[in-house]
Amino acid sequence: MSTKVVYMDNNATTRVAPEVLETMLPYFSDLYGNPSSMHTFGGQVGDALKEAREQIADLVGASADEIIFTSCGTESDSTAILSALQAFPEKRHIVTTRVEHPAVKNLCENIDNLTGHKHKITQLPVDREGMIDLQRYEDSLTDDTAIVSVMWANNETGVIFPIAAMAEIAKSRGILFHTDAVQAVGKIPIDLKKTSSIDFLSVSGHKLHAPKGIGVLYVRRGTPYAPFLIGGHQEHGRRGGTENVASIIGLGKACALAGDRLQEENTRVKAMRDTLENGLLEKISHSMLNGHKTERLPNTTSVSFEFVEGEAILLHLDRFGICASSGSACTSGSLEPSHVLRAMGVPFTAAHGSIRFSLSVYNNEEEVEFILDKLPPIIGNLRELSPFWKGEHPGKVGSSQCKCVC
Amino acid sequence: MWDYTDKVKDHFLNPRNVGDIQEPSGKGEVGSLACGDALTLTFRLGDDGKIEDAKFKTFGCASAIASSSALTEMIKGLTLDEAEKITNEDIAEYLGGLPKEKMHCSVMGREALEAAIANYRGVPLPMAQGDLVCECFGVTDLEIKRAILESNLKTVEEVTNFTKAGGGCGNCHERIEELILEVRKEAREVTKDEAAPRKLTNIQKIKMIEDVLEREIRPALKKDGGDIELIDVDGDFVMVSLRGACVSCAASQTTLKDYVERKLREQVLESLIVEEVKK
Repeated sequence: MSTKVVYMDNNATTRVAPEVLETMLPYFSDLYGNPSSMHTFGGQVGDALKEAREQIADLVGASADEIIFTSCGTESDSTAILSALQAFPEKRHIVTTRVEHPAVKNLCENIDNLTGHKHKITQLPVDREGMIDLQRYEDSLTDDTAIVSVMWANNETGVIFPIAAMAEIAKSRGILFHTDAVQAVGKIPIDLKKTSSIDFLSVSGHKLHAPKGIGVLYVRRGTPYAPFLIGGHQEHGRRGGTENVASIIGLGKACALAGDRLQEENTRVKAMRDTLENGLLEKISHSMLNGHKTERLPNTTSVSFEFVEGEAILLHLDRFGICASSGSACTSGSLEPSHVLRAMGVPFTAAHGSIRFSLSVYNNEEEVEFILDKLPPIIGNLRELSPFWKGEHPGKVGSSQCKCVC
Repeated sequence: MWDYTDKVKDHFLNPRNVGDIQEPSGKGEVGSLACGDALTLTFRLGDDGKIEDAKFKTFGCASAIASSSALTEMIKGLTLDEAEKITNEDIAEYLGGLPKEKMHCSVMGREALEAAIANYRGVPLPMAQGDLVCECFGVTDLEIKRAILESNLKTVEEVTNFTKAGGGCGNCHERIEELILEVRKEAREVTKDEAAPRKLTNIQKIKMIEDVLEREIRPALKKDGGDIELIDVDGDFVMVSLRGACVSCAASQTTLKDYVERKLREQVLESLIVEEVKK
């Protein structure tokens, strides 16, 4: 592999910003105290934690006391949903969507085993552009609904859901509202003072240039809450376990940086994304965009190339040091393409050949041009190999009775 | 990221024999766009009855492309009878191995070859004659049974890895379980029937198995805090029970198959199958 890396897989994880690393380093060496200690040596770490908590609260328009540190986005999601079910033990209905991240999707699908109670799960469908129908959402809410859990932005397509309106509707019905905002925080403006109907919001550090292994759960003041990890008095008894000090301080710095760069993310990064997307759609025939054209994160594009398979595309890109993702079956080890693309009704012919590029402020125009230069011939070569290419009306080959009615 | 061998990468990045042979002697097509992989294989038979040329076109992941490329290289110069004997394991072996989740890619290569040969001979494809078990991926009971028998598959997951059957909606998992039991029962009966003409008597076989266990296998396992006990020998089936650290070891099934079974096959009888008896 060449040494040059063109990293456009920022929805998977991001590089730790150099400024973040620098801020963290002293807490691995000199400042190793426990913030719970009585001595000044530990206490000074507590002061730094306090500042980090404020930096994080500032980015999303929350108060510092509404921020609980967790180990990752998944822990935040589990905590919020299980907490809501404990708050309303008599309610046995959860509303979510068909395109959630596994952290929410698989939790909801296994909730009966975890709680020992039978629950009804409504997984709302999305349309061809990955968008939700608000009326259908409203109709799905019942007196038995304990919590709504809907992602703010989709990791695969970048599609942004109307979270403010959805939370408002839930609140008017007295239902708790959780949003997995792991992909949204740091990429689009979020102000929880204005969108005041959100009860829980999940954040993951490594999606916004902080390290892996740190997450946040925002819990609105006054929202009923039950801890998930029970132990010491850390986080005011809301999450046991000694604080991951260096990572928390890193996340604080990353949030401050993200606030400063929000403008750039929505102008320069967005422009690069658009150049890449339009260039690919223009240069490569039989290609299409997956997801809503405008209601979308500024950094994400998911494009499908028909008659070729995603893993093969990724491995060819990898030879040029280009990092991206695919919703194809073969990349995940399962035999079916991504649940998000299937929920959107993307034809299988396209879902298997989907590629996601997710940019960050660390990308530049040359990298976009590099991909626009390298990818079209890769698709061309793979299509030369494909038995479906050339035929204008490609379809079934062979005697297989594959139905794939998924 | 998948752990592909250099040979898989080479055949993926530089596929051999891409294309369609004009007026081929035989042509086989398997898979579909919806399923995520598909392969078209064409060959031309020479006057000497040997495959003179073979070409492929494949839609699929790296291992599907590499398996197809490998297959075309393997069958050139063979007679149809010889080519027919190529199994999916042979294709995987030619490539230096495939990740277990990707074994179905090599199975697809073999099926395309069978289809092409059937096409040449003007006979229907034998495997397609069976009853459909997996509706999602169109896999018949005959295909599943053959994979279980040839690759010594023991779980539904393994069957899915090798044939794709059961990888979709999951409705056919029970039927696959039944097929596994059926095939393994048949296998036992066959080995019992054949037991008489073999050179080893049962007593000899058991003694040799015990000997290899004592001399080589047990000392090796004990080094890692594990142990093994011989419970019974029934035809080719060697029933053992794992002890010590092996019981809780996640890799114990690999040890059983890749180490214990291999050693016994090498030193006692090629056809032995080691099975764990759980208490």
